Amino acid sequence: MEGSSETMTNVSMSPISKSQWNATTARHLLNRAGFGGTSAQVDALVAMGPDGAVDYLLNYETLPSEEISATQFDRDIRRPLNDEERQLLLQARKSNDENALAQFQKLKNEHDGLDRKQAQEVQKWWLRRMIETGRPFEEKMTLFWHGHFATGYRTIEDSYHMFLQNQLFRKYAVGNFAQLVMRILRDPAMLKYLDSDESRKGRPNENLARELMELFVLGEGNAYTENDIKEGARALTGFTFEDDAFKFNASQHDGESKTILGQTGAWDGDDFARIILSRKESSEFLCRKLYRFFVNDGPEMPNSKTKVVCEALASELRKKQYELKPVLRMLFRSQHFYDTSNLGATIKSPVQLTVQTIRELGVPPRDLSTLNSATDLMGQSLFMPPNVKGWECGQTWINTSTFFVRQNLAVYLITGKRPEAFDWDENLAHWDTTALETAITARTNGDATKESDALMDIVLAIDGSAMRRQQFKSYVQTLGGPLKGERLVAALCLVTAMPEYQLC
Amino acid sequence: MEPTTPFSRRIFLQQGVTLASMVATIPWFLQHSALGVLPANSRVTSHAGVPEDKILVVVQLGGGNDGLNTVIPYASDEYYRARPQLGIVAPGKNNGAIELDKKIGIGLHPNLTGFKQLFDRGQLAVIQGVGYPNPNRSHFASMDIWHTGSSKGRGDGWIGRYVDCSCNGSPQADAEISIGRTAPLAMIGSVSKPVSFENAKLFQWMGKDLPSAMADPYEAINRAGALEGVTPGSQSAFLMRTALDAQLSSDRIRAAMAKTPLVGYPSTKLATQLKSVGAMIRDQMKTRVYYVSISGFDTHGGQAGSHGNLMRELGDSILAFQNDLKAQGNDGNVVTMVFSEFGRRVKQNASGGTDHGTAAPMFVIGAGVNAGVHGTHPSMTDLDNGDLKFTTDFRSVYATILDQWMSEPSKKLSSKVLGQAYPSLKFLRG
Repeated sequence: MEGSSETMTNVSMSPISKSQWNATTARHLLNRAGFGGTSAQVDALVAMGPDGAVDYLLNYETLPSEEISATQFDRDIRRPLNDEERQLLLQARKSNDENALAQFQKLKNEHDGLDRKQAQEVQKWWLRRMIETGRPFEEKMTLFWHGHFATGYRTIEDSYHMFLQNQLFRKYAVGNFAQLVMRILRDPAMLKYLDSDESRKGRPNENLARELMELFVLGEGNAYTENDIKEGARALTGFTFEDDAFKFNASQHDGESKTILGQTGAWDGDDFARIILSRKESSEFLCRKLYRFFVNDGPEMPNSKTKVVCEALASELRKKQYELKPVLRMLFRSQHFYDTSNLGATIKSPVQLTVQTIRELGVPPRDLSTLNSATDLMGQSLFMPPNVKGWECGQTWINTSTFFVRQNLAVYLITGKRPEAFDWDENLAHWDTTALETAITARTNGDATKESDALMDIVLAIDGSAMRRQQFKSYVQTLGGPLKGERLVAALCLVTAMPEYQLC
Repeated sequence: MEPTTPFSRRIFLQQGVTLASMVATIPWFLQHSALGVLPANSRVTSHAGVPEDKILVVVQLGGGNDGLNTVIPYASDEYYRARPQLGIVAPGKNNGAIELDKKIGIGLHPNLTGFKQLFDRGQLAVIQGVGYPNPNRSHFASMDIWHTGSSKGRGDGWIGRYVDCSCNGSPQADAEISIGRTAPLAMIGSVSKPVSFENAKLFQWMGKDLPSAMADPYEAINRAGALEGVTPGSQSAFLMRTALDAQLSSDRIRAAMAKTPLVGYPSTKLATQLKSVGAMIRDQMKTRVYYVSISGFDTHGGQAGSHGNLMRELGDSILAFQNDLKAQGNDGNVVTMVFSEFGRRVKQNASGGTDHGTAAPMFVIGAGVNAGVHGTHPSMTDLDNGDLKFTTDFRSVYATILDQWMSEPSKKLSSKVLGQAYPSLKFLRG
C-alpha cells in the first residue's frame, strides 16, 4: 500500500532482481516511463525481463516513429515584414495614411487569428502523438522538458516557435542536459518569452538570467545572489533571434567584464550557462525534479529518507557529464523505483490521465479539441503552462473542481457523452472492448465472482481496499451478466470515478 | 433548494458539512445514520465570540501590479523623471490621474473610476507602500511570501492557518472557497483546504445521467471519505477526502449560482468571478473567505495599454460587486482586500514597461472600512537599488483584518496565525 510504513522504504539503487519482475512492476514502469498500456503490452514487457524492458523503453531510437517535417506547420504566419513592406509602413505612419495603416492592421489581425488557430493544431498534433506513439518515453520526456523550461504561447503568440521548441525538447529528450541548456538559450520561443530579445547593453533585462538560475538550472536561492542575476543578465545581452533562428547581436552585447558565482571574465551567455552548470547544485536540482516527476510526487518528496536516491542520481549525472540516459536507466532499474511505497504514489497529470485512459482501456480518442480543453480545465494546457515555473504537479492538480472534470473526462472517453451535451448518441458508447474482456478472463478463469476484482486490478495503480472492492462488486452484480460490452462500459465509468483512479 | 432532494440529503447540505468532514473516515452508511439524527435547525459551527457573518474576499493581481501607475504620486518630480513616457499626468490634465488626496498629491489611475466612486462613498481604503523586508523579486518566491506570511515563503497559507485556528481541528468543508483552476497556497492549511472551482455547471459527475443506475454506487464511493486502512496523509487519503468535499460542495454551490444577480456585472474575468462570490454570499453560504484572482500584471513591455485595461477591469468589477452586496443588504458584512506580489521598479525600462520591483499600495474595500489614504508613500528619492522602500508590512494588513474583522481583538488571533504580533492599522472601523 502506498505511503505505508515509510521506515521500510527500500532506497537501494541496485537493480531489481528477475524474481521481482512481474505484471505489477512492469506496469509501473510503463505507467511512469510512458502513458500506461494494455494488459498485452504489459505482458510483453514482463517477457523482456527488467533490463530488457527498461532498455526497450529508453533506447527508443531504433523503434519506428512518425516522421515530423519542418513544414508540418506554416512557418510564415508570423513572418516579419520584409524591407519593402517596412518601408511602406513607415511611409504610411509618416504621412498618417489612415487607409494604408488600416490595411496593415487588418493584415495583422488576420495573422493573429490564423496563428491562434495554428496553435490549436499544434496542441492537437502533440496530444495525438502522445496517444499514438510507439516511443512513449520520448514523448514523456518531451513533456517533462516542456514543464521544466516552461514557455507559454499566450506570451509569445507564435505557434511555429512553440512547435520548434517542442522539436528541440524531443531531440534532446534523453540527450545531454548541458547541451539542452545551451540550446534553450538559443531558442526563439524562450528568448521571446523571457524578454531576451528586448535586453540591451546598458539596460539588461533580467528575466532570462533570473529564471535560468532559479528555475532551469540551480534552483531558487541555490548558490547565487541578486548580483549574480544582474551580472548574468549582462552576459546574456545580445542573445536574440531573427525570424525563426537564433541571432547573436554583437552591437547589443555587453562585452565588459562580469563576475558570476565568483568567476570574473568577459562572459557571454554560453559562459554564464557553463559557470552555473559547473556547480553541484545543478545536478541536484534537476534530479529532485526528475524524482518528483517519475518516482513520487507526494508532499515533501523527496524526503529525508529518499534524499539519498536523488543524491545518487545527481552523482551519476555529474559523472556522466550531464548525459541523461545513464541516470534514467539507473533510476528505472533500481529497487527503490519499484518499492511498494512508490507504486501508485504519483497523481496523474491531466495529460497523463487523458493519454493513459486511452492507451490503457483502448477507448476511442474521441475529439482532440475536446480533450485539449479538458486538460486545460484540469490545469494543464499544452504549450500554455501557467507561468515560467511550469506545472507544480502532485496534489496541486487536485481540487474539488478538477476532481469532477477528471471523472467527467473519463465518462466522455468511455461513453462519448460530453459534459454539457443534450444530444448524446448512445452508439458512441459501443467500442471494441475485446482486449479488456480477454484480460479480465485471463485473471478470472471463468469465475464470474472475480470479474469486478479483475477489472479493478487492471485499471487501478494500487490495490483497492476491501471496502472498495465490495462496493464495486455489488454494483457489478446488479449489471446481471458477464463484464462484456455495455456492462463493461458501465463498470468502467464507475471504476474511473474512484478516487484511486487518479493515482499512477 | 430544489424540493425533489431527499430529506436526509437536504439536512446534509444545509447543516451537515462540518459534521461530514469530521467523520470523513467513517464509512458511508454510518455517516448517513449520523446525519439522520441531526436536529433540523442545528448550527454546528458556532464558537463563542467569533463573528460568523463577517466575510473576507481576497483579490489577487498576479504578475506584480505597477503600484506607481495605480496610485499616482503626481506631486513628485522624481516620478515623472523616472517615467518620461509611462508616467500618468496630474489630475486636471488630459488623461490625468483622478484626484484622491490633494494635500499629499496622490491620485488614481484614470481608468479606476470605479474606485473613485467607492472612495467618494466612503468605502475605499488605500494603504500605501506595502511590502516586507529583504524583498524577493521572483514572482513565485514573492507570491509564496505573501501567501504564507512567512519571510521565507514556506509553510501553510495564512488563510488556511486562520481556518485551522478557528475550527478546533475540524474545518467546515466550505469555510474557504477559491474561484480558479488551482487552489491558492494562501488557503492551504494543515487541516483545512479550500473548495475551488472554475465553472459551476461542470461541478458534478455526468455519469449519473447514464442509463446504468450508477448514481447510488457513485455516491457510495465518492462520499466514503478516507477508507479504513488507508494511511493518513497518503495520496490516496488525500484523493478520497477531496472526493467527499467535492460532493458536499457541488449541490450547494450550483444552487447558489442558479439565481440571477440583483445588479449587472461587466463581462470581464474578474467581474465574472466576483459575480459568483456575490451569488454565494447572497445564498448565505457559511464561507468566511473567498479568493479570486486575475493575472497579466507582469508588464515588462508596452505597458500603458495593457495596464490601463487591467485598471478598468479592477475598478469596474469591484464597483459592481459592492453594488451587488449593497442590493443584497450584505455590504456591511464583507470586506475585499486587493494585493499583488510586488510593485514594479521606479524607472521605466527600454521596452515601454517596468521590471519587478518592491513595495506597492493595497486596497481594502467595504462599508466597514475607514475610507482614505493610510500609511506613508515611500520616498521617491531614498531608494533601495532603484526600488521603493516599504513603509507598511503586509502582515500588519493581515493582522488588522484577522483581529478586527475575522475575530475579536482580545483573542489576538493574528499572533497565532502569523507566528508573531504585528502592529494594527486603522483602515477598519472598529
